[in-house]
Amino acid sequence: MDQMNSLSIHDDPVPSPSSEPRKQKKKKVLLMGKSGSGKSSMRSIIFSNYIAKDTRRLGATIDVDLSHVKFLGNLTLNLWDCGGQDAFMENYLSQQRQHVFSNVGVLIYVFDIESRDFDRDLLTYRSIIAALSQFSQSASVYILVHKMDLVVPNQREDMYNDRVSLIRSKSDSFDPTPFATSIWDQSLYKAWAEIIHDLVPNLDQIEKHLGSLGKLIMAEEVLLFERTSFLVVSSWSSKGIITSDKDQPAQNPTYDRNERLSNIIKNFKQSTSRYTGTPKSAEQFSVFDLKMPNFCMFLIKFTTNTYLGVVLPPGEERFNAAKLNCYIARTHFEDLDSPARKSADRGVSGDSGELA
Amino acid sequence: MPVLHTGRRRSNQNRSYNGPARQGPVRHLSVAQLNLERVYEQNRLNVQKRDGANAPEPAPGTAAKGKPRLLLMGQRRSGKSSISSVVFHKMPPNETLFLESTARIQKDAMHSFMDFQVWDFPGQLNFMDPSFDLDAIFGEIGALIWVIDAQDEYHEAINRLNSTILNIYPNYPNVNVEVFIHKVDGLSDDYKLDIQRDIMQRIQDELSDHGVENAPINFHLTSIYNHSIFEAFSKVIQKLIPHLPTLEALLNDLCRACRFEKAYLFDVLSKIYIATDSSPVDMPSYEICSDYIDVIVDVSEIYAWPRPPEYIQLLEGPPWNKKLEDQTACNDAESCIVLTDGKRPIMLREVNKYLALVAIMCEGSYEKMPSVTMNVESTVKGLTEVFNITRQRRE
Repeated sequence: MDQMNSLSIHDDPVPSPSSEPRKQKKKKVLLMGKSGSGKSSMRSIIFSNYIAKDTRRLGATIDVDLSHVKFLGNLTLNLWDCGGQDAFMENYLSQQRQHVFSNVGVLIYVFDIESRDFDRDLLTYRSIIAALSQFSQSASVYILVHKMDLVVPNQREDMYNDRVSLIRSKSDSFDPTPFATSIWDQSLYKAWAEIIHDLVPNLDQIEKHLGSLGKLIMAEEVLLFERTSFLVVSSWSSKGIITSDKDQPAQNPTYDRNERLSNIIKNFKQSTSRYTGTPKSAEQFSVFDLKMPNFCMFLIKFTTNTYLGVVLPPGEERFNAAKLNCYIARTHFEDLDSPARKSADRGVSGDSGELA
Repeated sequence: MPVLHTGRRRSNQNRSYNGPARQGPVRHLSVAQLNLERVYEQNRLNVQKRDGANAPEPAPGTAAKGKPRLLLMGQRRSGKSSISSVVFHKMPPNETLFLESTARIQKDAMHSFMDFQVWDFPGQLNFMDPSFDLDAIFGEIGALIWVIDAQDEYHEAINRLNSTILNIYPNYPNVNVEVFIHKVDGLSDDYKLDIQRDIMQRIQDELSDHGVENAPINFHLTSIYNHSIFEAFSKVIQKLIPHLPTLEALLNDLCRACRFEKAYLFDVLSKIYIATDSSPVDMPSYEICSDYIDVIVDVSEIYAWPRPPEYIQLLEGPPWNKKLEDQTACNDAESCIVLTDGKRPIMLREVNKYLALVAIMCEGSYEKMPSVTMNVESTVKGLTEVFNITRQRRE
């Protein structure tokens, strides 16, 4: 988790004529890469609730596709999906250079692993990086090596490492964070969850409170989901699952569980949207309870922008008390979610009423 | 372990015949006789378990084995193997493109709420050849499923179906013939119905010309790319369940008591529903319930890892001082999700190793969940009793 170092992006605004004071929290996120590398596909999956199959319908992006995504903590992402055809690329680098590259918070650059002319991709990447270092020195850079599903599984790691080291060498002063992704599995969710994790302001605070909530209700795991994308923006897992070895608490062996859970819920939201006839972007459910013989969990609609997921050991009392406590904690987290609305009812501090 | 608890799905592609060895010639039985023999065999096994010496002789005949058989037949390339792979092996529909054509009869034994076999026949096989032992094929039959490719020329298929029916009807008049008008995805609704009408007409005309009236033939429009194939299989299999009316009555009572909109009793592995209440089945509610089972199976796959014993001891220690299973109200999977639209909850309750009850509740009834849970509990108890009476004990 390297969220700490990149949390500081937003508090040194780059002086630029176009930045107005009220847009302070709007971070410009550039999504770039060669034409056909899958930028719009991943954007549709993450933010517009497409399923992987649906992305076949998407055509080429012409020029820049602007969209605003409202997010946790009063954050509005200003997402620039930049069409990747050569003519557009040249245009960004010449006429629109300042317009595009000034005031950038994050650059997400997508590489197609199947690309036949990787050297040319690198060249384009270099010129983009050069433009970025000219106008937005403080931007953070993420590299997505995409379409990993097209590579034979046993070659994936080598090929990926190979590409990443080449890309790193061309990144000037930036230190890109690389991810291997594919729209056909949960790797895409993992990459975007981490990118968003880094973007959300006051997340360290949210995480701290999440941890104390988790301890209070004796949860095994607490997950905070962003509402529209259903990505896990923050998670906490208990150190209380003791084993015979005192210093080594047990962990759920499924390391990619957060992404998988996002994936499962997102897929189910497709079904419910088909069933209810409501748009996919609408919130589809408010409560989900699951009681199993060896664990239980619930997902509840939490604050305006989030869902809360809690995994608990089995037991009715524990389950009901935990759920009640989470509902009580809601008001408290609402303040953290949107700090602007610091209203009078601040005094209702939530996580104090342990029942069990 | 039940699949709902661990989330492991059956993925074995082992298609070899692992049912009991087939014995001697077979004869035909009526449905009632079939059930009688099944009960006899089950009682016999029970007696045998208690007292090996006094066990009665096994009933003569084959139905004693109690394994109804589904035969998949039809022209080559009509989609028989795809159907059995998608429904019984959980193969994603688009991967069926790579299935090779079936060269010999594929026999799959399904171990689920009831044991049955699925026989997948090569399309080019001609069973009317006298060298085939018709008794061996049709003797234990539960249903004959004839697959017709709706997107292809189907006259030849109909001719072969007719000759098959005419051949087996005199000897086995109780065989259910189920015609799957397959690959109807991508066809318009009007066109689908036209095709169905045409096929029905041709089959009935031909049969009545040969003096066969009222043959038990049912028609289903199916596709592997949506839930219609599961729905069709559900209807086929429901005909093989001897205690279906009892199950339906139980579900009807539950629906009335809790004001459920729709309740299904699902086979978790195959997502076939083996019973439902008497309100009409609509595709959307079936789909959402079947997808909900997927969610539970997938989620439990992630979180149902074995906890260390020290941790469980801690949970059973003070202040609870109770065994974990005593801390829960019910030791089977229980789940509920409230849809935002109309505040409609969907609930799921595990019935036994193979079955789950999934119901769509009426709007705004989440607050009444405790009493609903109680009603469901007693329904599950009733269902379990029914199964205990009619099912052979395997353990």
